[in-house]
Amino acid sequence: MEHEMISKNQFEPVIVAFCCHYCAYAAADLAGVMRLQYPTNIRIIKLPCSGTIDVLHILKAFEQGADGVFVAGCLKGTCHFIEGNIRAEKRVAQAKAILSEIGLEAERLEMFFVSASEGPQFANVARKMTDKVRELGPSPVKRKR
Amino acid sequence: MDTKSETKKVGAVLVLGGGIGGMQASLDLAESGYKVYLVEEAPAIGGVMAQLDKTLPTNDCSMCILSPKLVECGRHFNIELLTYSELLGVEGEPGNFAATVKKKARFVDETRCTACNLCAEGCPVVMRNDFDEGLGKRKAIYNLYQQAVPNAYVIDKREERPCHIACKDACPIHMNVPGYIALIKQGMFKEAYGLIRRTNPLPGVCGRVCYAPCEDACNRGEMDDPMAIRELKRFVADQIDIEGIEIPQISRNGKKVAVIGSGPAGLAAAHDLALEGYGVVIFEALPEPGGMLRYGIPEYRLPRDILSKEIGYIETLGVQIKTNAKVGEGIKFEELRRSYNAVFIGVGAHESLKLGIPGEDTSGVIHGVDFLREINMGQKVKLGRKVAVIGGGNVAIDVSRVAKRLGAEVNIIYRRSRTEMPATSEEVESAEEEGIEINFLVAPIRIIAENGRISKIECTRMELGVPDESGRRRPVAIEGSEFTIDVDTVIPALGQVSDVEFAKQTGLEITHRGTITVDESTLVTNIEGVFAGGDVVTGPAMVIEAIASGKKAARSIDEYLKGEPLTSKEDKSLPEKLSEEELITNKERFPSQNRVKAKELEPSMRVKGFEEVEKSYSILEAQEEAGRCLASQIEGCIGCGECEERCGAKAINYDMRDEIANLEVGSVILAPGLDEFDPTSLFNYGYKKYPNVVTSIEFERIMNASGPYQGEIIRPSDKKAPRRIAWIQCVGSRDESIGAGYCSSVCCTYAIKQAIIAKEHAGTDLNATIFFIDMRLQGKGYEEYYNRAREEHNVRFIRSRIYEIQELDGTGSLSLRFAEEDGTLRNEEFDLVVLSVGFRPSKKGMDLAKRLGIKLNKYGFCQTDEFTPVETSRPGIFVCGVFQGPKDIPETVMQASAAAANSSALLSSARYTLTTKKEYPPEKDVIEEPPRIGAFICHCGINIGAYVDVPQVVEYTRTLPNVVYAEDNLYTCSQDTQERIKSAIKEHKLNRVVVASCTPITHEPLFQETIKEAGLNPYLFEMASIREHCSWVHMDEPDKATQKAKDLVRAAVARATLLEPLHKVSLGLSHDALVIGGGVAGMTAALNLAEQGFKICLVEQEKELGGWVRKVHIPLNETTPQDFLRSLIKQVEANELIEILSETKVVKFEGFVGNFKTTVASGERQRLIEHGVIIVATGAKEYRGGEYLLGQNERVLTLSDLEEKIIKSSEEIAQAKNIVMILCIRPSEGNFNYCSRVCCTVAIKNALKIKEINQEANIYILYKDIRTYGFKEELYTRARKEGVIFIRYDDERPPQVNSNDSKLEVNAFDPILGEELILTSDLLVLAEPMVPSETNEELRDIMKLTLTKEGFFHEAHVKLAPIDFSSEGIFMCGTAHSPKFIDETIAQAQAAAGRATTILAKNQLEVGGAVCQVDPSKCTACLTCIRVCPYNVPFINTNGVAEIEVAECRGCGICAAQCPRKAITLFHYKEEQIEAKIEALLIEAS
Repeated sequence: MEHEMISKNQFEPVIVAFCCHYCAYAAADLAGVMRLQYPTNIRIIKLPCSGTIDVLHILKAFEQGADGVFVAGCLKGTCHFIEGNIRAEKRVAQAKAILSEIGLEAERLEMFFVSASEGPQFANVARKMTDKVRELGPSPVKRKR
Repeated sequence: MDTKSETKKVGAVLVLGGGIGGMQASLDLAESGYKVYLVEEAPAIGGVMAQLDKTLPTNDCSMCILSPKLVECGRHFNIELLTYSELLGVEGEPGNFAATVKKKARFVDETRCTACNLCAEGCPVVMRNDFDEGLGKRKAIYNLYQQAVPNAYVIDKREERPCHIACKDACPIHMNVPGYIALIKQGMFKEAYGLIRRTNPLPGVCGRVCYAPCEDACNRGEMDDPMAIRELKRFVADQIDIEGIEIPQISRNGKKVAVIGSGPAGLAAAHDLALEGYGVVIFEALPEPGGMLRYGIPEYRLPRDILSKEIGYIETLGVQIKTNAKVGEGIKFEELRRSYNAVFIGVGAHESLKLGIPGEDTSGVIHGVDFLREINMGQKVKLGRKVAVIGGGNVAIDVSRVAKRLGAEVNIIYRRSRTEMPATSEEVESAEEEGIEINFLVAPIRIIAENGRISKIECTRMELGVPDESGRRRPVAIEGSEFTIDVDTVIPALGQVSDVEFAKQTGLEITHRGTITVDESTLVTNIEGVFAGGDVVTGPAMVIEAIASGKKAARSIDEYLKGEPLTSKEDKSLPEKLSEEELITNKERFPSQNRVKAKELEPSMRVKGFEEVEKSYSILEAQEEAGRCLASQIEGCIGCGECEERCGAKAINYDMRDEIANLEVGSVILAPGLDEFDPTSLFNYGYKKYPNVVTSIEFERIMNASGPYQGEIIRPSDKKAPRRIAWIQCVGSRDESIGAGYCSSVCCTYAIKQAIIAKEHAGTDLNATIFFIDMRLQGKGYEEYYNRAREEHNVRFIRSRIYEIQELDGTGSLSLRFAEEDGTLRNEEFDLVVLSVGFRPSKKGMDLAKRLGIKLNKYGFCQTDEFTPVETSRPGIFVCGVFQGPKDIPETVMQASAAAANSSALLSSARYTLTTKKEYPPEKDVIEEPPRIGAFICHCGINIGAYVDVPQVVEYTRTLPNVVYAEDNLYTCSQDTQERIKSAIKEHKLNRVVVASCTPITHEPLFQETIKEAGLNPYLFEMASIREHCSWVHMDEPDKATQKAKDLVRAAVARATLLEPLHKVSLGLSHDALVIGGGVAGMTAALNLAEQGFKICLVEQEKELGGWVRKVHIPLNETTPQDFLRSLIKQVEANELIEILSETKVVKFEGFVGNFKTTVASGERQRLIEHGVIIVATGAKEYRGGEYLLGQNERVLTLSDLEEKIIKSSEEIAQAKNIVMILCIRPSEGNFNYCSRVCCTVAIKNALKIKEINQEANIYILYKDIRTYGFKEELYTRARKEGVIFIRYDDERPPQVNSNDSKLEVNAFDPILGEELILTSDLLVLAEPMVPSETNEELRDIMKLTLTKEGFFHEAHVKLAPIDFSSEGIFMCGTAHSPKFIDETIAQAQAAAGRATTILAKNQLEVGGAVCQVDPSKCTACLTCIRVCPYNVPFINTNGVAEIEVAECRGCGICAAQCPRKAITLFHYKEEQIEAKIEALLIEAS
C-alpha cells in the first residue's frame, strides 16, 4: 500500500475502541440515539468491563495495524465491577510505556471514562481521538508492511 | 399473618408506580415466585430517578445505575408492564383482590416500535417536554426518554380535532395540510416544505396555480373564511431555495421507464419513479418541459423561474428530459415499448375544440391554447385592438387577461350565467378588476369578415332552460335577440382534446371522447406495461389532479415492475362537513377571525405587464393565517397522519382505544412517588417571573447530558454559562404556612451534589453558594460529602433566611436579599438561582388512596405506623417510597423490598402458582461440527438502509469464511423475522448466528431467545451494532458507513466462528436462613422469613433478645417501644420455624450463595449450620467517651441515660430547673465524622417528655444543625412552641463545661445574640454518637465482608443495593448498616428478608456461563487473582493452586486479564475470541 503517498489530511486512521458493557458502550449507543455525528474511523469492541482489557489485546491491535486504540470505561468510582476501570487505567498506562519503548507514539493509546448518559462525550472522544491520530499519521507498524 | 385462610390466595401482586421503588418491589417479587403487574401512569417506567443527572454521595450517573434495573424489569418473564395505565380501583380481601386498570391508548404498538424517531421528526406538533420540566420541547409523538423501557413511542392525543381534516380528503394527492400548517404556525418552514414535498413534487407551482379544492372543503369556511391553504403553501415554497435542498441518496435498480409528456402528470410520475431508483426519461414534444404549466398558464400567475427550478430539481434526481422529442415523429411509440421496462403516457390535452360556427377559419381567429402557447413561447401574436374571447373556463379567463396585458380591449362571451361559469370565482373577479367585460348569456353565431379580416361577431342572447347531463341548466337561444359586436380578433377557448395519433396504430384503446381508456384505479391501459394519466385520460382537469394521476401511475408502475400485485386504489374518503352541533360548538370555542389576504398587485399595474399578481405572505401574515387552522387549535396530536406515513414498522395505530383490564391479585403495593413542590405561589422567589430562577429538578435536567442543553450548564434566558449560582434551601419544606410542616429530607444533599457537579462542569472558579437553615445530612456518607464540598470544591454555605429575589435590569441576573444568622441584611448577585424544592405526595396517589379507602396523614402522605412502616390502613395493601413520606433513594429501595417481603409473607401459600417457565427444545450439540454461520442484516426500515447499503453488506457477508447463509431484513426484530431465523437455522443447518442491527444491550436477549427456540445454545450468537454505532452516527457519509458496517459484520463473524456453547450449572440449595443478631432487625427479618415458611437460625451473642431497643422507653408517637419489643420477642419465641441460639457467636464461615456452612459457638460448644442465605443484623450502640465530664460527674448523662432517668426517677426530673443538652458530640479520637441520624430527634423527644413532667424546667439544646428530617420536623416545631431553647454552636466555638462544687456550668456562644452565655445546669445531657458493634470487625474477618471506615457494613451499592453485600446471598439490616430509627430498621429488616427470599424461594440456582475458570496446570499460585478480584472470589485450594467458585464469579474478567501465566479464562470473552475480533477488524488496515 502506498501510505507514503497519502498526505496527513487524507489519511483515514483505523481506531479500535474497547468499551465496557455498562457505561462506555451504552454511551456510544446514546450517541447514536441522539444522532451525534462523529468520524467513521472508530470500531468498537464490547467487553464486559473495561477491566477485562489485557495489555496484550491493546498490543495485538497495534500489531494488526490499528493507528489508534482507546479503552473506555465507567466514570471513576462507579464501575459496575467496583474497580475494573481503575485496573484498566493502569494497564493502559503500562501499554503506553511499552509503545514508547518500541517507538510508537504513546498518544495513539488513551483511556477514557464516560457514563451511560454521556452520549455527547462519547462522540467527543471519538472526534478527539480521530483528530489526534490523524495528526500523528499512519501507525509506523503499518508503514513497515 | 394468616396463612391458613379458607379462600385460596392469588399468587400475583399489583405494583403501582414504575419508579425505583415500584421496580425494586416488582423484581423482588418476580424473583420470589410471584406474577407481577407493574402499573405505571407514564408511557415508560423509570420515575424521577430517570430524570436525575447524578446520584450522591458517589456521583454515579443516575441512568447508569438505573438502566440495568429498567432492562431487567422490561424483560422479566413474570413482570407484566402496564405502562400508560391507571389503577382505578381494588375490591376484595387480602390475598384475593380484584384490581381494575385502565390502559390508555398509546396509538403505537409497543411490540412493533423500533424507537427510530422518524415519526417524531415528521410530527408537526411541538409540545412542552414534561420530562425536561418544560425546558425543552417534544413532539406529540414521543419517547419518554432515550433509554425508556418499554423503548416505544406514544402519541400524546388529548382530544379529537374540531374539523374533520376535510382539506386532506378533498386534495387529490391527500396532502397533509394540517401538518404543514401546524409547522408554519411553529415557524418551522423547512420542515413544512419537507412535509409538502413528501407528497407534492411541485410545491411552488401548486402554491400558485392550484385551484385548491382543499379550500372549498375547509370547514373553517363554515365559520368565517376557509384557510388560505394555497397561499400558505406558496409562502413555504418561497422560503426555501430549492437549489439548496439536499439531494437524497438513491440506489438505482437498473430498470428504465419512459414518460411521454412533461406536464404535471409526467413530472409527478417521473419524480416518484426516480426516487424509487428507476432510470426515467421524459419525452417532450415542445422545446421546453412543463406542458400546460409552461404553455398554458400565463406568467403573471406562474413565474417561469419557479417552474424551471422545480423541474430542475426533478432532473437532479436523475430524470432525463428530452425536449423537441415528439413521440410518433421520429421516435416511435413501439420503440419506447421495446427499450423501456414501462411507459407512461401523460401527453395532456393541447388540441383546441372548434366553435363550429361560420367564419371560424377567418384569419384573426386564434384558438385559446394555441394563443397561450405562442405567447408563452415568446412568439409575437398579431392581436387586434378589440378581442372577443369565447368560453367561461379558466383558459378563457387566462386568455382574456393575457390579451388585456397585450393592450387589447377584451370581451368575454359566455353562453350561461355567472353561477354556471366553470372558471374559479377569484379568477373571474380578477379579470373584471382588470377591466375585462363579460357578456353572460350570450352565444356567438357567426364571425363576420370584411376584406379578409374579422370585423364583427354576431351573437344571440340566451336564457337558461332545463338542466343538461352536466347538471347545469341548458342555455337556449332567445329568438330575435341577435346582435353584433365589433371585434378584430376572436379567441375561442371552449376546451381541449388530446392528440393520441401516435399510439393509435399500436392498438391502444381510445374512448369516444378521444381519451385513453384505463383502469381508473391503477391507470393500466389495454397494452401490457403501458400506463396513462392526466388530461389524456380525464380530459382537461386541474393541475393537482394531473399530479395525482402521475403519482398513482408511478405507484402502479413500481408495483408492476417489482412483480407485485397492483394495490393502487381510489381513496374513497370524502371530505366531511361539520354537523350543526359541531358548528355551534366550534363557533363558541374559536373566535371568528377572517382570512389574512395576501397582497396583490394593483389592477392598473397588473395590466401593464406580466408581473406576478399575487404576492407572498410575510412571515407574520403566514403565521397569523396558519394560526386559524382549526386542526391545530387543540393541544396534542392533531391526527395529521404524518407519523403513520413515516413508520416503516407499521407500529402506529390511530384506532387504538382505552382498555380496561381486570386483574386478580393477592396484594397491592403502592409506590406512586412524589410531586415536586411548585414554587410559583411563593412570589418573593420570582419563579416563573424570572427565567433564571429554576427549580432543582429543572436544574437536574439542565445538568443532564441527555437533557435539553445536552449537559451544558447554561441558563434559560440567554443560554449563557452562569458564573454565579445560588441554591435556596427549604423551598416548600419546613413551612407550616403552606401546609408543609415537614422536612423533605433530601434537598440539602441534592443541593450539595448539584453544586459539586456544576463546579465540575463549569470549572472551579464557578461561585456556587448554598443558602440554608440547617444542613440535614442524616444519610450514610453524607456528612463526608458535605465536608468535601466545602473543603475540596469550595462550595459556599450561608446560614440565612431569604427575603426576596429580584431580577437585575437587562442582564437576566438576580439579586438576592437575605438575612444572615446574626440578622445582618445583605444583597448578593447571582446569574442563576436554583430553588431546592421539596416533595409533595403524588396527587394521583392521593386520589387513588381515597378511592381505595386508605388513610392519609394531614399532608396527604400515606399513613403508616412506626412499627409497621410499609402497611397501609387497608390490610393487604402496602406502600413504599416517597408516598409514605419524604425520603432518599436507599430508604425507598429498602421500603420496596420490605413491601415485597410483606406481600410474599401474605401470599406464600400461592408462590409459583401463577408464574410461568418457558420450555425449549433439546439443545443441539455443535461442538464437533465445523462452524456454519447465518447472518441477518437489518435495514431497520430506513434507519440503517438509508445510510448503509444493506444489500451490498449482505453480498459481502456471503464471501466471509464460514458464512453459509446471509439475508437482509426490513426489521430483523419483527416477529416474522424471528420465525425466518428459526427456519434458516433448520434449513441451512446453522450452528452460529450473527445479527447486524441495533444495540445488543436491548436486543441480544431477544435473538438469543430465538436461537434457543431453534435448539441452539444462546452463547452461539453475536451481534454487530450497525445502527447506533454506524448508520445513525455517520449519516452524512454513506459510503464510509457501508464500509464500516462491513468491517463490523466481518468482526462479528470472526468472533462467532470461535464461540462455544456455555451451560449454566444448576445447583441445589438450602432453604434455611441464618440471622446474626437478635435485636429488632434480626427478629423482624427472622419473623418475616418464618411467615413465608422458611426455617431460621437466629444467633444472638447476648443472653436476651432485644438489642438496643431494650433501652428505648419514650415513644416517638403512641405505641411505646417496650410494648412493641415484648410482642415481637413473644412472636419470635413462639414461632416453630425460628430456632434461637443465644449467647452464641459465629466462629467459622465458608461456602457460597445457597450453600453456606457456618460454625457457631456457644462457649465451648460448636455447631455447624448449613443454610442458603445469611442476614447480618449485629446492631449498634451508644458511644461512651469521657467528653464533658461524662463518667466523672453523675449529672452528666448520655441520651439513653436520660431516657432511663425519665422513666425510672421522674421525681429528679420534676425538680430540675435547668437542663442543658449538647448535641453532635464528636470525640476527636476515632472515626466520628458522620451523623448518627437519631440524636436530634431523640433529644427533642426527651425534652418534650421533660416538659410534660416539669413544665417549668428550662431546657437548652446546644446544636450544630437540627436534623429532624421528614415528619420529625413536627417535634422540633412543637419543642420550640413549648419553650425549649435552641442555641447553635460551631466546631470553632464548642460549648465549655465546668463543674464547681455541685454546680455544672455550660458556656456557650449564641450566634444570634452574638453573646457568650453561661448556663447553669442541673443535668447535662450529651448526644453521643451511635457506633457499630465490635462484632462487625469479627464478622468482617470471618466472612470476608467489607466495612466502612466508621465500622458499619459496606453495602453493594449505597443507592440501589442498600441491603445486599457485594457477596451474593449475604444481606444486612438495621443499625449494623448505619444509624437509623426503629421504623427504618424494621423496613430494612423486612427488606433483607425480601431480598433473601429471592434466593430461598428458588428450587435451584443457575450459576456459571460467562465466568472465569483457572487452568490448574498453568497456575503458579502467585496470588495475583486473589489480589485483584473485587469480590474476593479466588482462593488457593487444597492442591495449592487458585480456584474460582463458579457460583461466586461475576464474570468481569479482571483476574483473567491480570493473570501473568494466562492461567485464567473468561468464557465467552476468551483470548482467541477477542483477538479474532481485533484481527478481523483490522484486516483492511494492515
